[in-house]
Amino acid sequence: MTEPVVEMTDITITFPGVKALDSVSFRMFPGEVHSLMGENGAGKSTLIKALTGVYAIDGGTIRLGGETVSFSGPAHAQAAGISTVYQEVNLLPNLSVAENILLGREPRRFGSIDGRAMRRRAAELLDGLNLDIDPGSLLGSHSLAVQQLVAIARAINVNAKVLILDEPTSSLDADEVAELFRVIRSLRDSGVAILFVSHFLDQIYEITDRLTVLRNGQLVGEYLTEELLRIDLVHKMIGKEITALDEIGKRAHAATGAAVADEPGLPAFAATHDYGRKGAIEPFDLTIGEGEVVGLAGLLGSGRTELARILGGIDRADAGTLQIEGKPTRLRTPRQAISKRIAYSSENRRSEGIIDDLTVRDNIVLALQADRGWFRPIPKKRQEELTQSYIQALNIRPANPDALVRNLSGGNQQKVLLARWLAIAPRLLILDEPTRGIDIGAKAEIQKLVYTLAENGMSVVFISAELEEVLRLSHRVAVLRDRRLVADIENDGLTVDALLALIADGSVADEAPPPDAHPFGPAYDEPATESLTSPAGDLR
Amino acid sequence: MTATLDTPSPRPQAPTPAPAPRGSLFDRLRDVLTSPKSGPVLVTAVLFVVVFVIGGVRYPGFFSGQVFLNLFVDNSYLIVLAVGMTFVILTGGIDLSVGAVVAVSTMIAASLLQTGWSPGVVIALILVLTSVLGLLVGLMIHVFKVQPFIATLAAMFLARGLCYVISKDSISISEPTFVALAVTRIPLGPGLSITPSVVIALVVVVIAVWVLGFTRFGRTVYAIGGSEQSGMLMGLPVARTKVIVYVVSGFCSGLAGVLFSFYTLSGYPLTAVGTELDAIAAVVIGGTLLTGGYGFVLGSVLGVLVLGVIQTIITFEGTLSSWWTKIFIGALLLVFIILQKVLTSRRR
Repeated sequence: MTEPVVEMTDITITFPGVKALDSVSFRMFPGEVHSLMGENGAGKSTLIKALTGVYAIDGGTIRLGGETVSFSGPAHAQAAGISTVYQEVNLLPNLSVAENILLGREPRRFGSIDGRAMRRRAAELLDGLNLDIDPGSLLGSHSLAVQQLVAIARAINVNAKVLILDEPTSSLDADEVAELFRVIRSLRDSGVAILFVSHFLDQIYEITDRLTVLRNGQLVGEYLTEELLRIDLVHKMIGKEITALDEIGKRAHAATGAAVADEPGLPAFAATHDYGRKGAIEPFDLTIGEGEVVGLAGLLGSGRTELARILGGIDRADAGTLQIEGKPTRLRTPRQAISKRIAYSSENRRSEGIIDDLTVRDNIVLALQADRGWFRPIPKKRQEELTQSYIQALNIRPANPDALVRNLSGGNQQKVLLARWLAIAPRLLILDEPTRGIDIGAKAEIQKLVYTLAENGMSVVFISAELEEVLRLSHRVAVLRDRRLVADIENDGLTVDALLALIADGSVADEAPPPDAHPFGPAYDEPATESLTSPAGDLR
Repeated sequence: MTATLDTPSPRPQAPTPAPAPRGSLFDRLRDVLTSPKSGPVLVTAVLFVVVFVIGGVRYPGFFSGQVFLNLFVDNSYLIVLAVGMTFVILTGGIDLSVGAVVAVSTMIAASLLQTGWSPGVVIALILVLTSVLGLLVGLMIHVFKVQPFIATLAAMFLARGLCYVISKDSISISEPTFVALAVTRIPLGPGLSITPSVVIALVVVVIAVWVLGFTRFGRTVYAIGGSEQSGMLMGLPVARTKVIVYVVSGFCSGLAGVLFSFYTLSGYPLTAVGTELDAIAAVVIGGTLLTGGYGFVLGSVLGVLVLGVIQTIITFEGTLSSWWTKIFIGALLLVFIILQKVLTSRRR
C-alpha cells in the first residue's frame, strides 16, 4: 500500500472545560475518498480544524507526505496543499466569481492583477467542473449550489494534495449532488485525497472508500466502507443500540389510538381564528389541544416559522383572535407569551437562542429568571439543582454547569436551549427546527423528550424540515404553503408521500376527505372539514 | 387517505416570468442600478449633474469651467481625505481621527517652518508621523481588538490635544515654497486654472484607483469588507491589510493637512473640526457601503464634488447662511443611507 499523505498521531486539543480531542489518530491515502463519522460533539470539526491550521494542537503530531508539520494558520496549511471547503460557503459575495477562485493567487503582470488572465484561468477551472457561469459576475448573484462549486474550484486550483469537504451537500439538491460526486470522483482518480464529511449515510456509502469513526473526542476505529454494515456504523457512532426511534414512532401512534378511546377530544389549550400578520402569514385557524403535538410541515419559506413566531408572541398578529384556554388573549411580546406559559425556541440557535459566552447554568436559568423579574434572583442553590436536573434529564454533555455554551456541540446547545424553556414549565412549547444540524443520537433524545412532554400534558408545536420526523412525533399535522395554512389533518396513517403531495399542491385537499380521516369528528373548535377544504386565507 | 391525496388535480399554472418586450436593456439598466456595487455611484453621478445644472440655470455665471475646477481647488484636501477614508470604510472600519490629524499637520508645518526648517523635510516628517499614528491605530485595532470607532476616537483626541501643545494660537506660514505652492495657478486654457494641490490630489486618486482595483492588497481590502472570516479562511493576509488601511488613512490625512496648509497658509489648532465627518459623508454619498465591501474611490471623489457643488450653490445664493450646507449634506446623507439599504435589501 502507498504511504499515507496525511498522518495525524495522538492529536489532543483542549478547550476551557472541554477536551475536544483525546489522543486521536487519523490518516488519509492519496486517491481515496475518506469520511470522518461521528455524532455532533464527537470531534469531527475540531479534527478538521486541526488539520487545516485553524486550531493549534495541544498534543500529538501531524505528518504531511511523511514530514512533520506544524501549521501557523489556514494560509500555511493551504500552501502545504490542504484545501478546505467549509460547510457555510466561506467566500466573498461582494467580489466576482473569478476573484473568489483566485484571490491571493491572482495572475499578475507588472505588479497589477491581470484581470483577463484571471478570468481565463477561472473559466478553465469552472469548465473542469462543468459549470457554465460568467467568471466576471458577482458571486452573490449565484445560488448556494453554484457557490459551493466555486469554492471547490478555488480549492482545487492550488493543486491540493488533500481536499476537505465539510458537509458540502447540505444545501444541494439531488442533481447537484450527483454533479458534485462526479467532480469528487475525477479528483480522486487524479490522486487527491478527499475528506468528505456528511450527515447523509446514503452519500457516505455511495462515495467514500474508507471511514474513520470518532465518538466523544476519541477514536473508535478506521474501516473500509464496503466492509462496514450501516447498522454497525451507526452503533459505532452512537455507542448504543438505536432502536429508540422506532419505538417512539410506535408509541406515538399507540397514544393517538388511546386518545380516541379515552377522551372525546383533547381540551384546547390555544385556538386561533383568522389569526395572521400581513406579509408574514395569511390568517389561519389552528387549535392546539392539551398534550397534543402539532407538526408544522412545509417548505422553507412556506410560513412555518412565521406562524410559530406569531403563536410565540415574537411577532404581533395584526388580524384575528387568539384564545388561550378559552379566554381571548393578545400577545404583543415574547414576555407576555411567557407569562401565559408559551415558550418559543427559535430555529436560529446561535443568534436567537443560546448565549455563547454564558455558562450552561446561566443559559438554562435565563428565561425563568426573566420571568420572575430581575429583582427576585433565583437562589444559587436552586439554580444549581435546576441545572443539574436538566443536565441529567436531557443528557447534556459535558455534564458541567460551568462550561461555556460556545464550547458545546450543536446538539448539546439545543438541549441547553430546551432546558431553558422547560424550566419555565410551559403549557405550550413551540420548537422551530430543534433537530436541525444535530446528530442522530441527540435527535432521538430530543424526539423522545417531545413525546414524553406531550404525554404529560404539554402542548407542542413541532417544526422540522424532515417530514419523517414530523410524522413520527405529531398527532396532527398542519401543512403550510406560500404563507398559508393549507391543510390541518390528523396524523393517522399519513405517509410522507401524501404529506409531500399536500405541501407541493394543496389543491388536492379540495376533495372531500374520506370519513376515516377524522376519527375524532369535529373534536376541535372549528369544523375539521373546513380546515381541510378551504385554505384559511380565503377569508381575507 | 393516501389515495385521495395522490389524486392528480389540475396544477395551477406556474407563474412564468413575463416576457420582456422592452428587451434586456431595461433589465440590464435595472440590474446595474440595483447592484450594490455600481448603483449608488451612478445615482451620485446623476445627482451631481442634476445639481450642477440646477445651479447653472439659477445663477448667471455658474455654468463656467472655472466654477467646476474650483470644486477641485477648494476641496483638494478633502479629496485626499476621502481617498484614505474609502480604504478604511471598505474594510468595514471607520477613521474619526482624520480631521484632527489634518489640524495637527498644519500646526507642525507652521511651527517648524517658523523655526526655519526646510519645507521638504517638514512635509516628509509630517507624512511619516501621521503614517506612524495610523500604524499605531491599526495595531491597536488589530492586536487589542479595539473597535475602530474607539481607537480612532482616541487618536482624534490625541492629535487635537497635540495641536494645543504646539500652540494655542494661529501661526501663519510665510515660507516662500509654501507660499509659492499656494498662489501658483496652473493654466488649463483661457480663464481656466488649477492649483498644484489639485494635481497632487488627482495623483493620489489615480494611485488609489490602481491599488484598490488592481493589486492583491486592494482586493484583500474588499475581501475583508465582504467577510473577514472568509478572507482569513481563504488564506488572505487579513491582519496585515487591516493595519495597513489605517496607515493609508493616516498618510492621506497628513498629506491632506499639507494641502490644507497650502490652502490657508496657516496652522490653527481649531482648524478642520468635523472634517472627518465631511470625509465620511463624501465616501458614503459616493456609494461606499458603511459595512464595507462595496464602493469605489472615484465614487468618493464624486461625493466630495457633490458636497462642493452644494456649498458653491449656497455661496451663489448669497443670502443663505453657510450652515445650510450642513443641513443639505445631512439630508443628502440620510437619503443615501436609505437608498443603500433599499438597494442591498432588494438584492437579497
